[in-house]
Amino acid sequence: MSTWLTAPWPWYLAGPIIGLFVPALLLAGNKVFGISSNLRHLCSFLLPGRLEYLRYDWKNVGLWNLVFLFGVLIGGVLAAHSGAPHNIAISSTTKAALTQLGLHDLSGVAPHEIFSWQALLTWRGFVSVVLGGFLVGFGAAYAGGCTSGHAISGLANFELPSLIAVLGFFAGGLAATYFILPHLL
Amino acid sequence: MTVKSQIDNESPGKRESKPVFLFVYSLLGIAFGIVLTRSEVLSWFRIQEMFRFQSFRMYGIIGSAIATAALSIVLIKKSTLKSASGEVIAIPKKTVGTGARYAIGGTIFGLGWALTGACPGPLFALVGNGVSVMAVAVLSALLGTWVYGFLRPRLPH
Repeated sequence: MSTWLTAPWPWYLAGPIIGLFVPALLLAGNKVFGISSNLRHLCSFLLPGRLEYLRYDWKNVGLWNLVFLFGVLIGGVLAAHSGAPHNIAISSTTKAALTQLGLHDLSGVAPHEIFSWQALLTWRGFVSVVLGGFLVGFGAAYAGGCTSGHAISGLANFELPSLIAVLGFFAGGLAATYFILPHLL
Repeated sequence: MTVKSQIDNESPGKRESKPVFLFVYSLLGIAFGIVLTRSEVLSWFRIQEMFRFQSFRMYGIIGSAIATAALSIVLIKKSTLKSASGEVIAIPKKTVGTGARYAIGGTIFGLGWALTGACPGPLFALVGNGVSVMAVAVLSALLGTWVYGFLRPRLPH
């Protein structure tokens, strides 16, 4: 197997390939690339209750996207098992900053000291996984899209709502990075 | 615009998907999971590096992804191509309204993005990568989506 399939990709290869998912989905079935709709479809399937937001034909609207999402999980399995185990080569300044915040182990795709079952019931594990996940779901639903739907599909289609949303993504991300993480880690 | 018509406006395509296309979507999803892993955009470390402005990498990836997608959309709109499923290709425009939902919802999403170090696609790809505790984050995200649906009539949009 050639190494480019198993090694991390440079940004100028990764970016355009991600961008090509937009025309691929449009050309396949006139579908707009966006992952977070799936969270709504899954809620509609699992527990629609009497919420108007969740009472629609999720199979008709979203089965294609749920199938895509299931593929993402499988793709993660395939990639993890075919790639050489390695640490993420972040810049030395980021390493220093994270070490100063109190992380000792910078191996893996996510720090084990936060993202592991053992850490889940610690303060930083709980806030990062449980509260963080909740905010991702709530925020994406409220904003009507996430990184894929707004930052990629929306900005590529020159939509003002997506620009507002993406500025919000960064405002929230910077706030969490500079005001929450220093107290959390 | 009423809330209901806004929902309809958001729904991307209502035609039932044929099994052959579902197969295509599953293959594209698998490819996307591989891309998220090889590009390392699913990594909490990369997201931290991005929000700290300490590497060009994530900006290069997101920027070139948008440029590639934008160019593709322009070319598709100029052509008279139909989708393989036989539909005229059209991307429904989002309604701006007051913009409040995008500003507030976007900021809330951003907080979660930095805390988990992952947006929705990477959450699932991380579970596939063996970070199984992210399944809890997925359940939390589902709860968050449900709570939004519950509060929706009372939230500014």
